Amino acid sequence: MTKTTYRDALRKALLDAMAEDENVILMGEEVGLYGGAYGVTKGLLDHFGANRVIDTPISEPGIVGAAIGAAMTGLRPVAEIMYVDFAGMVMDQLANQAAKSRYMFGGQIGVPMVLRTQGGTGRSAAAQHSQSLEAWMMHTPGLRLAMPATVSDAYHLLRDAMRQPDPVVFIEHKGLYTLKGEISPDPDAPWGQPAIRRDGRDLTIATYSRMLHETLTAAAALAPEVEVEVIDLRCLNPLDDTVLMESVRRTGRCLIVTEAVTTGSVASEIAARVTEQCFDWLEEPPLRLGGEDIPIPVSPALERASIPDAMLIEEVARWLVTREAPSWAA
Amino acid sequence: MTLANDAPLSRYRTMRRIRTFEERVGELFLKGESAGSMLHLSIGEEAVVGLTDHMKTGDTFTTHHRGHGIFLARGADPMRMLAEIAGREAGYCRGKGGSMHIADRGLGHLGANAIVGGGIPHIVGAGITARNTANQAISVAFFGDGAMSQGILYEAMNMAALWKLPVVFCCINNQYGMGTRVDRSAGKQAFPARAEAFGLNAVRADGADVETVHNDTQAVMEGARDGHPGFVEIDAYRFHGHARMDKSPYRTPEEEAAGRDRDPLIMARTTLDDEAALNTIDAEVTEEMDAAMAGAIAAPVPATDTMFQDVYDPTTPAPQPQRARLASVLEELN
Repeated sequence: MTKTTYRDALRKALLDAMAEDENVILMGEEVGLYGGAYGVTKGLLDHFGANRVIDTPISEPGIVGAAIGAAMTGLRPVAEIMYVDFAGMVMDQLANQAAKSRYMFGGQIGVPMVLRTQGGTGRSAAAQHSQSLEAWMMHTPGLRLAMPATVSDAYHLLRDAMRQPDPVVFIEHKGLYTLKGEISPDPDAPWGQPAIRRDGRDLTIATYSRMLHETLTAAAALAPEVEVEVIDLRCLNPLDDTVLMESVRRTGRCLIVTEAVTTGSVASEIAARVTEQCFDWLEEPPLRLGGEDIPIPVSPALERASIPDAMLIEEVARWLVTREAPSWAA
Repeated sequence: MTLANDAPLSRYRTMRRIRTFEERVGELFLKGESAGSMLHLSIGEEAVVGLTDHMKTGDTFTTHHRGHGIFLARGADPMRMLAEIAGREAGYCRGKGGSMHIADRGLGHLGANAIVGGGIPHIVGAGITARNTANQAISVAFFGDGAMSQGILYEAMNMAALWKLPVVFCCINNQYGMGTRVDRSAGKQAFPARAEAFGLNAVRADGADVETVHNDTQAVMEGARDGHPGFVEIDAYRFHGHARMDKSPYRTPEEEAAGRDRDPLIMARTTLDDEAALNTIDAEVTEEMDAAMAGAIAAPVPATDTMFQDVYDPTTPAPQPQRARLASVLEELN
């Protein structure tokens, strides 16, 4: 199998889906002639023409609103919002319109669209271009939410997203586009379910998106002294937590690692679920290790320090397993 | 009588059906049978029928929160509408949407909306579908003068003009966004000029006369079908308050009387000048709406567990009720 990148896996998913189904269209700022702000849609305009790869004005609510109307009337639009931070512009169309149409209209009108976007830190893009806003999406019944961490998932989750009868928010990570890997013939787990990325008996770490890689680095450093089970959640809404709960009941400990600000986060939701469902099995409280509760600063030194990395994950994991206070906790 | 001559009489009937329907909605509230009081009547705005008569089977539309009349004009069953407004299982949306979120995919109604301007951009997408699949359909967004202050309208009009989509933006200007008269919300009230600035065909029509609306919107509606998006302002007056609890303290009785003088039903009766035929229509409509009202009130309310249906498509497990979820959590812990 040949290696490819996260970016090219996404592009291949779009290309394959568009070749299979002429109802699939792309629309967004710079998706056509420019090839996508991060190059994901490069060349697709030449392949499929301007009626299917639609360069839009800078009108984020209009882009999402138009995608909703196209989805309601028979197309399968993949709309792109260049940065998830622009969710502030589109939340009415996303949360009040796309998410609720099927329900409000008694099941008659679904909105089978994908909203592709990307988030996260790593490029000194500062407070309005670096956020992790998945909790906004998870807090909205009716939206599906997928966040690929691997090259293979970039392909398979996007293909799966484009087959869903309901709106999917698909959040890529700007720091992963150059990640190299292989696209496996089959998805690592069925759509909607987590994948166990590493087996372990001492501690369960639940994570997703770029933090998977920091977590795997930490897990490798901890072994064999501490064996960490690493669970990549992949699809956050609706969240199928069965695999996670089974794991925590085996290990008795759970750490949730995310890049998003910690308060009111996906990590908070998972910690609550683990507390409810694994209370009698827990040796320690479930811990959230997330981004600091601050806007993302631009200085690379500050930006890096504002989110977890492998070293911090390793330290917290060790504390959770041995209850020895880390040096910084004194 | 030729078909062409029947059309004005038919439009009168549709307008009368809207008027009587809306009166029944008011009664539904007074009887305590409606789901809440957020009921926005379109009495005074019936001349929109002049525009909807240019629409065809397969065309789609979105409406605002004051859209009962438009939906009726596009073929809705008044019993199922009233049942929805009353929160009954027999309603168009099985009692999930109500007055402000009524829809029917089969009749092309892509949804009423309770966010001012929220449904406007959906017609842009319907227009893309029409272009890409050559389905010959047009799509119309109906909204009030309040939405003329929403940015999404201008994004949508720009996209429609840019991509030459078969869509029409229809502003039913009833002079009020809730309690704010349009001269207190618009710096300049030349709404068609705003649309023209984006490159749309635009026209203002006199909402006191359904035949004028029909004639004056014909070119815009036909143009849309040929890929020239359009904008229509129907100049009307909201006869009643914003919603059922609103007694309109912000306007004078004199102003209301003058507004109600511009009644499209009275204008149509004068023009048609056939008391016997018109009275027959009125009696038939009353009978129809009485039956619809009785049917809606008699319809059962939805079973409580239906609340968990249709959050996602039916193949996805429905959310678990809190009580059941917590019971299973506690059971497992024991």
